[in-house]
Amino acid sequence: MKLLTHNLLSSHVRGVGPRGFPLRLQATEVRINPVEFNPDFVARMIPKVEWAALLEAAETLHLVEVPKGPIEGYEHDEKFLRQMHHVLLEVDVLEGTLQCPESGRLFPISRGIPNMLLSDEETET
Amino acid sequence: MALPCPLNRYLLLLAQEHLEFRLPEIKSLLSLFGGQFISSQETYGKSPFWILSIPSEDIARNLMKRTVCAKSIFELWGHGKSPEELYSSLKNYPVEKMVPFLHSDSTYKIKIHTFNKTLTQEEKVKRIDALEFLPFEGKVNLKKPQHIFSVLEDYGLDPNCIPENPHNIYFGRWIADGQRELIESYSVKKRHFIGNTSMDAGLSFIMANHGKVKENDIVFDPFVGTGKASRKNQKWRGPDENIRANLRQYGLEKYYLDVLVSDASKPSWRKGTYFDAIITDPPYGIRESTRRTGSQKEIPKGMEKCPESHVPVSLSYHLSDMFFDLLNFAAETLVLGGRLVYWLPVYTPEYTEEMVPWHPCLKLISNCEQKLSSHTSRRLITMEKVKKFEDRDQYSHLLSDHFLPYQGHNSFREKYFSGVTKRIAKEEKSSQE
Repeated sequence: MKLLTHNLLSSHVRGVGPRGFPLRLQATEVRINPVEFNPDFVARMIPKVEWAALLEAAETLHLVEVPKGPIEGYEHDEKFLRQMHHVLLEVDVLEGTLQCPESGRLFPISRGIPNMLLSDEETET
Repeated sequence: MALPCPLNRYLLLLAQEHLEFRLPEIKSLLSLFGGQFISSQETYGKSPFWILSIPSEDIARNLMKRTVCAKSIFELWGHGKSPEELYSSLKNYPVEKMVPFLHSDSTYKIKIHTFNKTLTQEEKVKRIDALEFLPFEGKVNLKKPQHIFSVLEDYGLDPNCIPENPHNIYFGRWIADGQRELIESYSVKKRHFIGNTSMDAGLSFIMANHGKVKENDIVFDPFVGTGKASRKNQKWRGPDENIRANLRQYGLEKYYLDVLVSDASKPSWRKGTYFDAIITDPPYGIRESTRRTGSQKEIPKGMEKCPESHVPVSLSYHLSDMFFDLLNFAAETLVLGGRLVYWLPVYTPEYTEEMVPWHPCLKLISNCEQKLSSHTSRRLITMEKVKKFEDRDQYSHLLSDHFLPYQGHNSFREKYFSGVTKRIAKEEKSSQE
């Protein structure tokens, strides 16, 4: 699971609503996967990022050189874009959990795939 | 006063496959590249020859870099219903537009294509000779000419009734070919991992084109399986190794973003619009069952739950509900102008246009049928988000009122098999007699 994905995921346990975001990340196995750098794609993702959630996840994973927010003229700033490329797309959480901040419910990440399925009682009506 | 520059006319030669899907594909691609579909006829039906007005050759080339429905495009210099009409049409084509391709330093060749008829070499040479009146000054080079000109003769569509003379003759300068060879190179036959319902390669590309997918778009497939439906400029997906392996096979692994396990009826995304396109083939409940998680109350008595498995045992997911969820999900997470492309299974004897699911935020762009059997087909529905999504609940109220009239989608599975059951009954009966 990449951090870009984590940035978009929310818990949907019954009654939790918008307080289900961001999911608290805990990782036991992380892999760095090189991905071909595409500056245009990274630049397009920047406006979609929820920065507080990203920084929290990056901190949990002890990542360094993580920009604290979008900078002026980021679209053409290669250093910034490469750092964001690395954080969003190259860090892969293979094993761990995502915790709903409101209900405490844990969603497992196994073999790089988060499992967001809820049991029948937990689903919102 | 300056006259408006007339748009250049091009002849688009289409493949005779997936006929209904062609017009939406060409329209979507033209709009993607800054043109629009302008032709002298409203529709061309089954004909493979379309005359379009396109603002520039660049747009025409971009169209051909994406289309799998069109074989080639030509800059149209003349056409007519007979050789005489063709020649007089050519004489009316502005010479200054011809000259850049005919000057003495250039090389060229002329090809004759006939459709639904075969000509002898002698007949072809006669036709080329008849074009001598054109101001060709360059040298003929049959191996690697700089410019290729084509005469295309249309002898209709009926192989059992080939006319003496062609219905139409066109002459044009060849610009580019389409991407039909991708269909073979991405064929399911060669794919490393396939599932029960792996999508035909040509249709997958058509889906991406109907979806106006462009470079660096994020595309989401909520029902991905082994990873066949979404392909072009793909980003997001829904089970991983197989998808990645398939993408790796095509050298497209860099386009793979991520995969997760979730229930499409209970999306786990934060509020926001982040998908440029949602392209998918939802399960119809025939070769794969439709499932979703549900609350205790909804599970009928006698159904067991599996506490150990990660996947909760679930109740049947009615197809109508699934489309309702899909459209709502699309309306909420698509960017404005983004498209939803999905297959809708249809029991043909009951089909009417009113059955196509609708949503106040999504505009219907196209609806193309592919026959599956004598009484079933599926329709590729393309919708575009034209209005911001306001409030989840507002729409569920609206939609359930509209949906109640047609619950026929739910019994699609029964109807699909009804033909089979009848046939088996017939066979048994006749074997007993």
